[in-house]
Amino acid sequence: MAEADAAVVRNEETEEEEQVVNPWEVSAGKGGIDYDKLVDQFGCQRLDDALVARVARLTSRPPHRFLRRGLFFAHRDLNEILDLYEKGERFYLYTGRGPSSEALHLGHLIPFMFTKYLQDAFKVPLVIQLTDDEKFLWKNLTVEESKRLARENAKDIIACGFDVERTFIFSDFNYVGGAFYENMVKVARCVTYNKVVGIFGFTPEDHIGKVSFPPVQAVPSFPSSFPHLFSGNDQLRCLIPCAIDQDPYFRMTRDVAPRIGYQKPSLIESRFFPALQGENTKMSASDPNSAIYVTDSAKEIKTKVNKYAFSGGRDSVELHRKLGANLDVDVPVKYLNFFLEDDNELEHIKKEYKEGRMLTGEVKQRLITVLSELVARHQRARAKVTEEMVDAFMAVRPLPNMFG
Amino acid sequence: MAYTKEQLLARLQELNVDFSCYDHPVVLTVEEQAKYVGHLGGALSKNLLLKDKKHRLYIVSALSATKVDMKILSQRLGLGKGGLRMAPEESLLEVLHVPLGCVTPFALINESASAVSLLLDQGFKSKQSCYFHPLTNDVTIALSSNNLDKFLMSIGRQPAYVDLEASPVVGKDSPPDLADLVPSGVPNSSEPIKNVTPTNVPRQNDVPKEKTSLPEVKAKPKVQNKGAEKTQSKIPSNGTNVEKFVNDVFDIMCPLFLSEVSKKLNIKQEELSSILDGFKEQATPDLESVTTSLKNAAYTAGFEAGSETMLNSGLKGRPSRK
Repeated sequence: MAEADAAVVRNEETEEEEQVVNPWEVSAGKGGIDYDKLVDQFGCQRLDDALVARVARLTSRPPHRFLRRGLFFAHRDLNEILDLYEKGERFYLYTGRGPSSEALHLGHLIPFMFTKYLQDAFKVPLVIQLTDDEKFLWKNLTVEESKRLARENAKDIIACGFDVERTFIFSDFNYVGGAFYENMVKVARCVTYNKVVGIFGFTPEDHIGKVSFPPVQAVPSFPSSFPHLFSGNDQLRCLIPCAIDQDPYFRMTRDVAPRIGYQKPSLIESRFFPALQGENTKMSASDPNSAIYVTDSAKEIKTKVNKYAFSGGRDSVELHRKLGANLDVDVPVKYLNFFLEDDNELEHIKKEYKEGRMLTGEVKQRLITVLSELVARHQRARAKVTEEMVDAFMAVRPLPNMFG
Repeated sequence: MAYTKEQLLARLQELNVDFSCYDHPVVLTVEEQAKYVGHLGGALSKNLLLKDKKHRLYIVSALSATKVDMKILSQRLGLGKGGLRMAPEESLLEVLHVPLGCVTPFALINESASAVSLLLDQGFKSKQSCYFHPLTNDVTIALSSNNLDKFLMSIGRQPAYVDLEASPVVGKDSPPDLADLVPSGVPNSSEPIKNVTPTNVPRQNDVPKEKTSLPEVKAKPKVQNKGAEKTQSKIPSNGTNVEKFVNDVFDIMCPLFLSEVSKKLNIKQEELSSILDGFKEQATPDLESVTTSLKNAAYTAGFEAGSETMLNSGLKGRPSRK
């Protein structure tokens, strides 16, 4: 699955750029991504407060902060899944990662953190796809390197705390074949070349590996792709948490599903995670200061946040106390929005900062503490992941307790 | 305190249990009931209220076609031959709060029936829809066994399905297979116990409640398990649930901490409580994380062991279950 990197500045001219959002490119017009426009353009639905409350009620626990704060903000057919769940019908979760680098940053963790919550709250199984083949096709990697990265990434994913009794992690190079491949070909037959060009923007110069890749990411939405898990349960529903730039894959999948006798997967989609240096900059592996990585030490986190996190505060203390901070562009507050659990404290910080009573330094300090704790916890868990553990998560094994 | 039919139906709706409801004149037997609902395609049930020599009660709920042999059932429960009789009419009224001809699993919604054991015919599971009386015999409700289970679990019962027509040998080398379904006299320590003089044991105290021994069995019977499920696959257990484990750890540590600190530093427990709650909230993510790591490591070790066993010894490497 391609990474959901932050917006890219196209060129310096002030032309009104149309925003572009697809799995391989995300670029905003002026003023950042217009999410309302995106929802309209894609045709998905907004996740409103009523739906969040419904999730809380059905799962008998408070909704995840990503839901409370509208970070997962759009969906397709989530209420259908909830209707069925209420009647006692289960579903399974599907998410994934394109393992293009060893280093994961916090933005990568977000869909996994949310998916873990969904797994615990609804008590349902999860399949996680590592698209090592995709990275081989799109980047300049060898097959061995892609596979190796997939395994390394699997360790970070495991460290997010998924339930081993309910989770199947697989890499395409290992798993494609059998029933999975049969589904891939069924999907492929339903999508014309023109269609796939329209959805993904392929050109005649693109090699056929790219053109034939989309079905690989589509078919984990169908339970029959996993006969060792869901055999006999062809109509089991699937819920896919992902960043909104993945929507095109699943629009295609939803279009094809009824034509091959399967249920359409439902989606729950998130906003993009801002780069440290601001919404309109890109997080990139070549610039380590563009993001906080899960391998960063406490010292590195402190330096990065203090030096590089784009601040919405004013240039001088006097000006700041007078005008307050600009929360629309302030990155530390946006990060706290994602990672500070306590709603009251967050509101307090936003209010004080906006009205000039709290300074950037204080906000950054709070963020440093929050991120250090998070990263340290992840590193501790990561250290305990062994090769054998990865083998266990990736083994094609039954999960007898997956709905328990 | 006896539930009415309306209260039961309202409860079923609250639980989102799918059921259909049919009214008819009062019926006292399955044959009569069949006249009104027999044509609708569901499975009629016959329900017996039985008692043993120690006055313990059992509801046996079976498909009307299943043959129930009381002598064999009695042996399978470990009550010897002839240990089971039909219960007297008063028991229906006093314990189940239902009229004659109306024995039904739904009667277990009543607190008074908490010590009554329930045996369900395995045959219900293969039927799309099964017929029972709600608490009166002028109505029949139809629902699937899954939905019946939903209801039973909501009142704290673990559904026990039994092959009622089986007659396994019971002897020295093969213990009675349904012995676990006999109501036990040990009170369930997590439930408030009625009809017993309350002892001044504070809720957090883990002292087992043998002190409150009961003459009559008023408490809920032990959770039914293995004995009944001969052919059913294993019941999902909470044994591997990380969140529950972390709560259990707090349940052990917090009361001890509270009582020790409040004694030593002479502070009221209530004041410390709120600090402790905040502390629990902060500690939970880390505690859950390390617990998950442990669970993963344990699972992995088991997986390795299983793989090696299969590779080296094949199916013979694993002890047989029977």
